[in-house]
Amino acid sequence: MTVVQAPRRDDRPSAVPPRPTFRHRLSKWDVKYSPYAYIAPFFVVFGLVGLFPLLYTAYVSLYDWEIGDDDPPFVGFENYVQLFGDGQFWNAVGNTLSIFVLSSGPQVVIAVLLAALLNTRLRGPTGWRVGILLPYAASLVAIGIIFANLFGNQYGLLNSILEAFGLDRVDWQAGTLSSHVAIATMVNWRWTGYNALIVLAAMQAIPKEINEAAVVDGAGPVRRFVSVTLPLLRPTLIFVVITSTIGGLQIFTEPKLFDVGQGSNNGGSSNQFQTVTLYMYQQGFENFDLGYASAIAWMLFLLIVVIALVNFLITRRLASTEGGRR
Amino acid sequence: MTLTTAVPAPPAPPARPKVAKLGRPNFFVYATLAVFVLGSLFPFYWSFLVASRDNGMLTERVPPLVPGGNFFANAAQVFDSVAFWKAMGNSVLVATSVTLSTVLFSSLAGFAFAKLRFRGRDPLFVFIVVTLAVPTQLGVIPLFIAMSELGWAGGLQAVIVPNLVTAFGVFWMRQYTVDAVPHELIEAARVDGCSMIRTFWHVCLPAVRPAAAVLAMFTFMTSWNDFLWPLIVLDAGNPTVQLALEQLQSGYYTNYSLVLAGTTLATIPILIVFLLLGRQIVAGIMQGAVKG
Repeated sequence: MTVVQAPRRDDRPSAVPPRPTFRHRLSKWDVKYSPYAYIAPFFVVFGLVGLFPLLYTAYVSLYDWEIGDDDPPFVGFENYVQLFGDGQFWNAVGNTLSIFVLSSGPQVVIAVLLAALLNTRLRGPTGWRVGILLPYAASLVAIGIIFANLFGNQYGLLNSILEAFGLDRVDWQAGTLSSHVAIATMVNWRWTGYNALIVLAAMQAIPKEINEAAVVDGAGPVRRFVSVTLPLLRPTLIFVVITSTIGGLQIFTEPKLFDVGQGSNNGGSSNQFQTVTLYMYQQGFENFDLGYASAIAWMLFLLIVVIALVNFLITRRLASTEGGRR
Repeated sequence: MTLTTAVPAPPAPPARPKVAKLGRPNFFVYATLAVFVLGSLFPFYWSFLVASRDNGMLTERVPPLVPGGNFFANAAQVFDSVAFWKAMGNSVLVATSVTLSTVLFSSLAGFAFAKLRFRGRDPLFVFIVVTLAVPTQLGVIPLFIAMSELGWAGGLQAVIVPNLVTAFGVFWMRQYTVDAVPHELIEAARVDGCSMIRTFWHVCLPAVRPAAAVLAMFTFMTSWNDFLWPLIVLDAGNPTVQLALEQLQSGYYTNYSLVLAGTTLATIPILIVFLLLGRQIVAGIMQGAVKG
């Protein structure tokens, strides 16, 4: 090694001026600057479609900005003031929260239990996993239409089944709670399997020794699940809860397609299932009031941040107290 | 018997529960999973069922459970009602270009963050991870204004360009590249006189192919299924498949056989892809969850 290096060192001073310099310099530039070129696409795209819009939304929300308006008047916080007194907005917030609770709550619980079932020594494990994940491949729009049909008032399959059992049919679209249940069902149908696989992956990463130690200590399967598995799943559960919070609070496609008045953005005859994103869409692209819609977008952003934070704290606490002595 | 049990007595207690734990799951486990899989399949089957009959089926008290023979007639009507071929073509074009570019740019950035040294690398990466939490949906209004200013509204580039590369893609490829590409390999290529970009192309890219494939499948599906943004920025004459479906449904009167024939047509391609590649997709989700 030293033998090879020594003559090189000697060569260098004399070889500085002519050709090695150019190639050397080129290569040095390559090492120094090409990493920036490789990461640049992300920053350019994010700057244009992520960061700029977020700030610009705040800017637009301070104007009475209509689509096609060349010189929108500045109105300061008037849009926000108006929003706070807007019953339809708070109704949409309530609907969003209700649908969110009805969907992500059962979703996470069922996903964990499903993962526990999948974590046994099944025959053909991949087949089961693919089967569980199937809804994830479905088109959201197709599913929205199919579920709207299944939950239909007159000819819906669900009501036919209810009647077959001698029960009363439910007007799924008309009721507040019933429409929320129906929409939450669509969401749960789509995402439960996906979340189950994420939880399953975390379960499989739990070292076998820990479980075996619990077995030696005489813990039964239920006890082991509650005291060993759940606490160790904490980071994954937090991840699942946070992602389903962000997704759940932005829900748009399902309520839009669930409306009997098709193509409408009202979220039902009395806005009983209009969500915040749907209301934002209605204000912006049906009523062409972009300023007001931007104010709604920012309020939604704040709502997501607050609820994600609350969920984070709750999940962290739940998963750790269930662990008992740690 | 008594003699043999006496000898291995000490290791016996841990061994016995171990057997119970490693035993095959019982009937209950399989039955529950089967219910879930059937529940996953049912909406697809129902939509095909209605699509293969006529609208009258829905008024019957006891709906038939086997497909009828009207599927192709209904499908033909779908193609007459909306620009379905055009919508399919648009969706294929959008999803393919978004996928190719996302995979390329994410792999490049992943390579840089995982294997190259440069000033500001760690803070920049943290920044990318933070941006994962920013819901892109909230930027639709200014993005729409920007697209109108550019004169892109109504064109497919308005759907493609914002999705050229994602924070998730960069994060995903970086996590994989860290382990998959040994430093020695990169150094060897450099000593042999490879430029950075050649090193990436000939050394890094082949090694990260599995992760790139999973990212490609995720991206394709997400892009294929996107609804809100295309709905805002595209116009009715130039739809993607999802928009065409929505148009089918929002007519004055709903012919469910027609609408559900449309949903079936739109679902079949992606369902086939999913069933062919399901194994890898599942493996990808499992792997991502462990690392993320």
